[in-house]
Amino acid sequence: MKDIQLTIDHKTIQVPEGTTVLEAAKKVAVNIPHLCYHPDQEIKANCRICVVEVKGSRKLSAACSTRVWEGMEVLTNTRKVRDMQRGILELMLANHNQDCLKCHRNGNCELQDLCERFNISRTHLEDAVDALPLDNTNPSLVRDSSKCIKCGRCVEACQNVQEVHVLTHSHRSTRFNIAPAYEMPLEDTLCVFCGQCAAVCPTGAIVEKDDTDLVWEAIEDPSKHVIVQVAPAVRVALGDAFGLPKGEIVTGKTVAALRRLGFDQVFDTNFTADLTIMEESHELLSRLSQLSKGEKPVLPMVTSCSPGWINYIEGVYDDLLDHLSTCKSPQQMFGALSKTYYAELKGLAPSDIFTVSVMPCTAKKYEAARPEMTSGGVREVDAVLTTRELARMIGSAGIEFAEIEEETFDTPFGIGSGAGAIFGATGGVTEAALRTAYEVVTGEELLSLEFKEVRGLEGIKEAEVAIGDEVVLRVAVANGLSNAKTLMLQIRRGESPYHFIEIMACPGGCLGGGGQPIRSTNDVREKRMDALYKIDEAQPIRKSHKNPDVLKLYETWLGEPLGHKSHELLHTHYHSRGK
Amino acid sequence: MNAYVTNTSNTHQGSDSLYKPAHTTILTPELMVQIDSILERFAKDPTRLVGMLLDIQDITPKQYLPKEIAVYVGEKLDLPLSRVYDVISFYEALSDVPRADIVIQFCDSVVCKVVGSRRLKEALEGILDIKTGETTKDGKYHLEAAPCFGACDISPAIRVNGVVYGPLKTEEDVRDALARYEKGGEARA
Ligand code: SF4
Ligand code: SF4
Ligand code: SF4
Ligand code: FES
Ligand code: FES
Repeated sequence: MKDIQLTIDHKTIQVPEGTTVLEAAKKVAVNIPHLCYHPDQEIKANCRICVVEVKGSRKLSAACSTRVWEGMEVLTNTRKVRDMQRGILELMLANHNQDCLKCHRNGNCELQDLCERFNISRTHLEDAVDALPLDNTNPSLVRDSSKCIKCGRCVEACQNVQEVHVLTHSHRSTRFNIAPAYEMPLEDTLCVFCGQCAAVCPTGAIVEKDDTDLVWEAIEDPSKHVIVQVAPAVRVALGDAFGLPKGEIVTGKTVAALRRLGFDQVFDTNFTADLTIMEESHELLSRLSQLSKGEKPVLPMVTSCSPGWINYIEGVYDDLLDHLSTCKSPQQMFGALSKTYYAELKGLAPSDIFTVSVMPCTAKKYEAARPEMTSGGVREVDAVLTTRELARMIGSAGIEFAEIEEETFDTPFGIGSGAGAIFGATGGVTEAALRTAYEVVTGEELLSLEFKEVRGLEGIKEAEVAIGDEVVLRVAVANGLSNAKTLMLQIRRGESPYHFIEIMACPGGCLGGGGQPIRSTNDVREKRMDALYKIDEAQPIRKSHKNPDVLKLYETWLGEPLGHKSHELLHTHYHSRGK
Repeated sequence: MNAYVTNTSNTHQGSDSLYKPAHTTILTPELMVQIDSILERFAKDPTRLVGMLLDIQDITPKQYLPKEIAVYVGEKLDLPLSRVYDVISFYEALSDVPRADIVIQFCDSVVCKVVGSRRLKEALEGILDIKTGETTKDGKYHLEAAPCFGACDISPAIRVNGVVYGPLKTEEDVRDALARYEKGGEARA
């Protein structure tokens, strides 16, 4: 591609043809204000906050949608530009419920940042905020239209990234709004609660449902034994919230911080990720052996650990539910064990145990609240905190996260293999399952553990893996629901060539989940992904079926994979969500 | 003060159907059949969604497009509900909230304008005691302007719940047309 020479604020630079002024300005260390622009999204150019002056043009131009040209002279910081930008901000604030002090995005809000930058405090304009009622009736997300600046980023995430098509623009002029059809609450729509809308919202207009109070209360309650599990993708993201380099591995610090917060025991979801692999790979092998006997098992088998994905298939592809693995997710397997095995071990009544999980995901809150997710007569997981909520708790406890000394997980759910760790990345479940399935089938040691074809951020990945001499396993991996759609339509048409399909609702897998620290762009996702594979490499045990504590659990209590107890505790069923 | 709290109940007009289940019985089997034939007429072409919705609205009681109908149309055309709603809420001529028992439209396109749709408009506003775009207090009549509905030959014309009357030159003609509609909807002049 040709290079273009232009000047931005009197500095001459060269950038590839097709670059926008906004991106070009980054190269000269100028951050042009923006709201509807998002680096991973299509250009929307509706907020106009990014205006710049271009020599020779009387009108101001939107930097996010204007492409550079040879000899262009751009000024980003003139009086005219600043006045315009201030004016736009003031208009936004005039219809904005400015309760920053009580807002989840306080200190991490793009609108607030801009107000600070332009030195705008409360506007004098009348604070008559005309908004839809608060939507807080679902377990995962809260939509507060009074803080919506109508930038359309959430619509882009919901319609184009996820293709769930819940959020939409509606009406015109003064009634212009961003909401589901007929202004329904999310709960009444096919929303899958992935939280990708919340992850890209520049303001506090869509946030996770806050469960921190519930957890603080449990911790304070002397009659409760409060335990916590930490998902694989949290340990490569939590540091973001405390200014550590993106993708920094903070496992030990997370454990330490959770102990300071007052949790009685701190466990690793990687342990139950290994358990999931034990169950899921045996389930796959049993379907495959049916196939070799000439029977007609339901194939491809599709993974079931991403709750956003489960909500989606139950809503849209409910004719394909038999394809799902019956395995509960690692979060719920942990919850089930916590109220049964662990309760017995500790001599506690299941109702005295309060199980918390820390997840990168808002859909996990919905999953935990499902009526079928009970064991030992009680709810398996009592509260789910997203990575963001945990960061808030750590912050409000005054813990200096960056400084805290590392600690290790408690037993008996403290060991996770490298295979469990990579659950947090798209392709990780497949790779983990292949490591175990290969060795279970062949009885031989797998020499090369890494299945590079299924790694990376690409939307759909495929691989063929020879297992022993006879079986060639065809697998596909999708991340982001728009890609899931492609694979499901293929199954519907009877054209799916695969035996096994892994689907993660969120782009990049859990590491890009809707509950991760704000500003999880694709660049950040890549760093987190590298970090997870680094954790895997550094692990002495890298296969789920070699996790000594998992093996012990089967020997002493659970029996066989897919055995009676497993079925009762670790597997589930699905239902159509209708419309 | 938290401005929002005071505003939660005071939402913009149009959201009064909010959070209410859509299981009214608007979408009757008969209406479904009629909708199907409209969709067929447009060859189920999603690019002609607006036209289909206008015609469907005309035959729906209270002249609007409730959620259940939008869902139905979306399924038939394989369009997401949010897309259908985007269109319904965008066009002035389409309504997502019940309008009135009787919707009266006068044509304000060229031909009717030339032959005097202005007087027609004034007559209607006088008779109903509302302005164009408004609904009578009892919720019975809604008056609006519409682009040409193909009654140019009998212009100036009105359409009452989809039934066309014209030419209406005097206030008497208008009263007469309304009376005829209420008696049983016999069309034309
Ligand atoms: S969204 Fe931002 S500007 Fe608005 S109240 Fe929250 S922190 Fe303040
Ligand atoms: S949570 Fe996901 S499905 Fe629901 S509105 Fe947000 S982006 Fe759409
Ligand atoms: S909810 Fe957030 S992302 Fe969506 S339009 Fe409003 S401000 Fe933008
Ligand atoms: S950022 Fe350019 S118009 Fe919104
Ligand atoms: S111009 Fe009025 S009906 Fe055609």
